[in-house]
Amino acid sequence: MFLKSLATAGAMAILTTSTAMACEISARVSIVGNEFPAIQTVGAGAQACTGAEVTTNLTADHQKINLPGMQGNPAEYTSAIIANSSIVALINEDVIRPLDDLVAKHGQDLAKTQLITIDGKVMAVAFMANAQHLVYRSDVLEQIGVEPPKTYEELLAAAQMIREKGIMENPVGGAFASGWNLAEEFVNMFIGYDGDFFVAGTAQPSVNSEAGIKALETMKALSEYMNPDFLTHDSNATNAEFRAGNVALMNMWGSRAATMTEAEGVPQEVIDGFAIAGPMTVGGGSVPASTLWWDGWTVAKNISDEEAEATFVAMMNGIRPEILSDAEVAKQAVWLIPGYEPTEAAVGVFAAANSGTVPYPMLPYMGLMHTALGNELSDFMQGKESAEQALADVEAAYTAAAKENGFLQ
Amino acid sequence: MKHRTFFWFFLPTGLAMLLFIAAPIVSVVMQSMFAPHEAVLSVVENCGPFGCTQETAIDQQATQALRDAAPLGRFVGLDIYLDRGHLAVNEVRAAWQSAEGFGDFLSGLSNLPFYRAMAFTLTYTFTVTPLLIVLGLMIALAVNTLQARIKGLVIFFSLLPMIVTPLVGSLILFWMIDSRGVLGSAIQWLASDPGLSLKASTGLTWAMLIVYGVWHSAPFAFVVFYAGLQTLPRDQIEAAQIDGATRWHQVRFVVIPHLMPLVTFVALIQLMDNFRVFEPIVGFNASAHATSLSWIIFNDMGGETRQLSAAAATSVITIVGVAILLSPVLVRTWRDFRSKH
Repeated sequence: MFLKSLATAGAMAILTTSTAMACEISARVSIVGNEFPAIQTVGAGAQACTGAEVTTNLTADHQKINLPGMQGNPAEYTSAIIANSSIVALINEDVIRPLDDLVAKHGQDLAKTQLITIDGKVMAVAFMANAQHLVYRSDVLEQIGVEPPKTYEELLAAAQMIREKGIMENPVGGAFASGWNLAEEFVNMFIGYDGDFFVAGTAQPSVNSEAGIKALETMKALSEYMNPDFLTHDSNATNAEFRAGNVALMNMWGSRAATMTEAEGVPQEVIDGFAIAGPMTVGGGSVPASTLWWDGWTVAKNISDEEAEATFVAMMNGIRPEILSDAEVAKQAVWLIPGYEPTEAAVGVFAAANSGTVPYPMLPYMGLMHTALGNELSDFMQGKESAEQALADVEAAYTAAAKENGFLQ
Repeated sequence: MKHRTFFWFFLPTGLAMLLFIAAPIVSVVMQSMFAPHEAVLSVVENCGPFGCTQETAIDQQATQALRDAAPLGRFVGLDIYLDRGHLAVNEVRAAWQSAEGFGDFLSGLSNLPFYRAMAFTLTYTFTVTPLLIVLGLMIALAVNTLQARIKGLVIFFSLLPMIVTPLVGSLILFWMIDSRGVLGSAIQWLASDPGLSLKASTGLTWAMLIVYGVWHSAPFAFVVFYAGLQTLPRDQIEAAQIDGATRWHQVRFVVIPHLMPLVTFVALIQLMDNFRVFEPIVGFNASAHATSLSWIIFNDMGGETRQLSAAAATSVITIVGVAILLSPVLVRTWRDFRSKH
């Protein structure tokens, strides 16, 4: 489905590129978003518009400032670049506007799959997809005579062989830093075990289940093969470990795959052996232990219609199909833009999309669950408490937060 | 000063204090007693690049009506102070009832975020503050005996740890103490344990944060004490020397009593500062092992779903904590003041 829709979108793009016009706007545009290369490209594209000022604030702290920046009237930011997890915070507080009229007027080039509709209203326009998947050293796997793992069980077996043969002491990598990263790894693993975060249709937590315990046990087993500092390793630090040649197998973001070996001082065998595969399943499950993500942009509610239109036009210019003619830009992400042709770095994300990986849950209270997971799981990972205790703590912490925010009585 | 003159002299300061200190505190206290309205949820269809799903979402119109009716939110009184994220009254009671001894109770307590944060914060405050005062005094005494020619240079280098922003300073050290970093490898070599990692052990992480805290704040104490040493009464020192006092005796009986008001000042400022310990925890990525009240506030505000009421309650508790910590010193200062006038 994913590939097919992209292919038809590609055909459409060839028809529409010739009609591209210069971008002309008449009102203020102000964008807030994350800072990775693909978003920098989109921001620069929006800034190419003439006629009024376009400012961007692209920072890793975007999640802390986008909501307050859009709550004022008029809003400071006319557009926030978000993902399927972070759009929820903006929707919860009702600070973004439906885009149906603007899509009808200026969005002819958009593929239907780019439109994020909630309750029948277009609330965001997606421009890239992302997922975590296997990244490995093919030379090391050849050395031990093992195929790239398709399940976490195979990965653990391979890790053991690598250690036993004395090739690497800690062959597994992973962004297990306490907080958001650790929680994200649990979310992946829990979904892989077919777990449900909440009792169906309610905000009641249900992570303290068999799936939860199995997910934690698998994470613990993985951590036995990781650098002992793993609770402080975010994706930057994990990448550094891989680049230094200390890691042979890891679950890593697709958006980082293209630049994984592009740093100074990366040994030649790491560059040559670098390979990508799809996300792994766990415990005999059929759904990969990973989540699918999209990144997209929104338009603020508390701004004039003129500013909203200018913002829409500028953002459309940021994601116009022509940007893909630059090979560097095409490599930056798995673009959802019409005309995108997958590069080598995109293999993992495509494999994730095609193997039934589920999107990160877009529930109003999922953010609270993610925070509770990030805070409460590190005790278990350090061996200070049992899996049941850790999951009971998660549920207790989540329940207190959900009561405060009015999701639970 | 006449009362009238004093009134006009103090008015701008008083107004500024009201506006920038009292008003925010009142607002934070208010915020901690109100929570967001009950969310009105409905099931809607969400579509995107990966297909359509039925998802729960907030019913905006119904929620807006609730908000318009009571803009401050739901009044919850002390509920948030008592919930698991803060004083955790029910959880503490349960831990007390089920505990098989005091140690067991303490371990139950340390499983609760507030008490865990307090354990680290208090340990940090009460080890770092005395250590940095002692170290600062030692540096000041040492520098004071130096030749005037090299003094300036030494003072500059002694102040460097304080000049570096805490976040940057801790980040630099963070990489040095990594198990593959300069200091980390040195410690592994010294302990002859190649698997030793400062970041993987709670005890070592605490020690590291405390060492960092002392390293970072000692220059402040040094500079204050060094300034105090310049006002040392020469004749007293000379008299002591004539009486045959050793250098240690001079320090013990002349220098330290002379510097005592400054020690109180440094202790006051540093108790306050250390109780709010925050940057090193973020810089060292140490939240798995050590948290503080400030870190909890940051964590509540920084997630994708903000918990403003929880953050406000923790802030009020922090203010109360600082007040309790400072009260002995304040009482002492007040007594000194009274006895002199």
